[in-house]
Amino acid sequence: MATAHEPEVLSVEDVVADVDRHHAHDAEGADQTMVLNMGPQHPSTHGVLRLVLEIDGETVISCAPDIGYLHTGIEKTCEAKFYQQVVPLTDRIDYLCPMTNNLAYCLAVEKLIGLEIPERAQYLRVMLNELTRINSHLVWLGTHAMDVGALTVFLYCFREREDILRIFENVSGQRMMTSYFRIGGLALEPPLDFYDQVRNFLKTFPEKIDEYQNLLTGNPIWINRLKNVGHLSAADAIALGVTGPPLRASGVDWDLRRDMPYSGYEKFQFKVPISNDCDVWARYVIRLEEMRESVKIAQQALDGLPTGRITADAPKMILPDREQMKTQMEALIHHFKIVTEGFAVPAGEVYQAVESPRGEMGYYVVSDGTAKPYRVHMRNPSFATLQALETMCKGRLLADVVAVIGSIDIVLGEIDR
Amino acid sequence: MADALLTKEAVMEAHGANAAIAALLTADSSIITNAKFACNELTLTVPREKIVTACEIVKQAGYNFFEDVTAVDWYPSEPRFQLSYHILSMGLKERVRLCVLLDGGDAVVDSITGVWPSANFYEREIFDLFGIRFGGHPNLRRIMMPEDWQGHPLRKDYPVEGYR
Repeated sequence: MATAHEPEVLSVEDVVADVDRHHAHDAEGADQTMVLNMGPQHPSTHGVLRLVLEIDGETVISCAPDIGYLHTGIEKTCEAKFYQQVVPLTDRIDYLCPMTNNLAYCLAVEKLIGLEIPERAQYLRVMLNELTRINSHLVWLGTHAMDVGALTVFLYCFREREDILRIFENVSGQRMMTSYFRIGGLALEPPLDFYDQVRNFLKTFPEKIDEYQNLLTGNPIWINRLKNVGHLSAADAIALGVTGPPLRASGVDWDLRRDMPYSGYEKFQFKVPISNDCDVWARYVIRLEEMRESVKIAQQALDGLPTGRITADAPKMILPDREQMKTQMEALIHHFKIVTEGFAVPAGEVYQAVESPRGEMGYYVVSDGTAKPYRVHMRNPSFATLQALETMCKGRLLADVVAVIGSIDIVLGEIDR
Repeated sequence: MADALLTKEAVMEAHGANAAIAALLTADSSIITNAKFACNELTLTVPREKIVTACEIVKQAGYNFFEDVTAVDWYPSEPRFQLSYHILSMGLKERVRLCVLLDGGDAVVDSITGVWPSANFYEREIFDLFGIRFGGHPNLRRIMMPEDWQGHPLRKDYPVEGYR
């Protein structure tokens, strides 16, 4: 039987040495800086982010993020799964936008195979992706406002988020880890009441955004905490790999949905909000505008939804429907083969990026011609954006760090993977 | 989809006007050792010692945004490691993949943090998970795994379930 670990007890000498060190520190003068540990269990770090801050009084001198607390080796796990089995793993790296991750991964594999996705599936994917974006931005707005001290907004945001989660549950059977996308299309035809549910949500949601703006935009505390805080110039943003709303808030007009369209985004009309303010406030304004644009895109997808199949015509890669499986020998064989041995993907490598709510979400998939991916790498927006944290916080007040972390909207699940 | 072009000659012939290829060849005619165009993606292999130069050249040519770098372990074949740098041009709206091949026994390459500071975390991640070292990196420490971890989990000879 294993014995319990002995708790590590500090000896008297250690304690005395520690006290001496502190005294020596005081004696050398007050101009010294202090190292402050923030996190990993800090309510405003949105997960388990640890920051090692060097502060001089209230001013931040340096800020070093320490990550890896949530590392679960998802990239390694992917190598041991069939291509389709990786989809549920992609949900779990960024739990606030599962559909975006599904889409990026599926697009990457589809590109490798050369699968043609029917228009109906593309439209549904776009619609669900925009709902995911709204969902993610609502969580961001609620928690960001809570960090800065406006507790009420959180409840308002989660009220609407609940509506979206109900839509997700209806369409996929799951509220958060939807895994609804398949390589080659979608898992199931959406239920009939799904369209009404989405239509009702899209009709009422713009008023709700007005409501959030009424609560926050004119509020002097909110303005003072956000304006001119966390400055990030356009050049710095590009050099540090920042993407998504923080990049657009720094005045760089770049959105993958418009500039390098995927999954049929070129058929939709929408604006890309830009701001030259480069601060936390600009990121707030841009995300609110993005929610309005997302409503427009989802509405266009709903109105223009074509009829047809929701999966590509590739019986050796896509599970047959129940009816076919029970009546056709071929379909039964395909079903058995796909479930037991997956499907081979031609050798090669692809990089597919999509615009996630946080920025550029890229999947690099390498195939060696077998049924399991040889290598899957995720380029996560939060991982890169976190590098810009020091630039945004340096020389500013300690309290601003909380506002800045909120404004870059990080999800530790995708940073650590 | 365009057919895959798998040899250097075929890519040079079909995509010789590509901004990255043109700029690289103008600066150094021997810098591209291999090239591939598949799935509408351009891959250029450059020698290990010239990766920083190659990055500077493509940056000058308009590929302004560094997206990603990661490694692939081709164990047990040699050269064992493949580093894939994905670089985006916001102006041209296209990306290029630069590849570097490294031998397993000598997995060292120059850091490109001088060209794009954003490579910092990515190179640390590769160092942590693959054990490839980056010369001139400002802070080459483990990033995901604990500091005292033994081994590099994303190498193919590291078991999926870990050592127990």
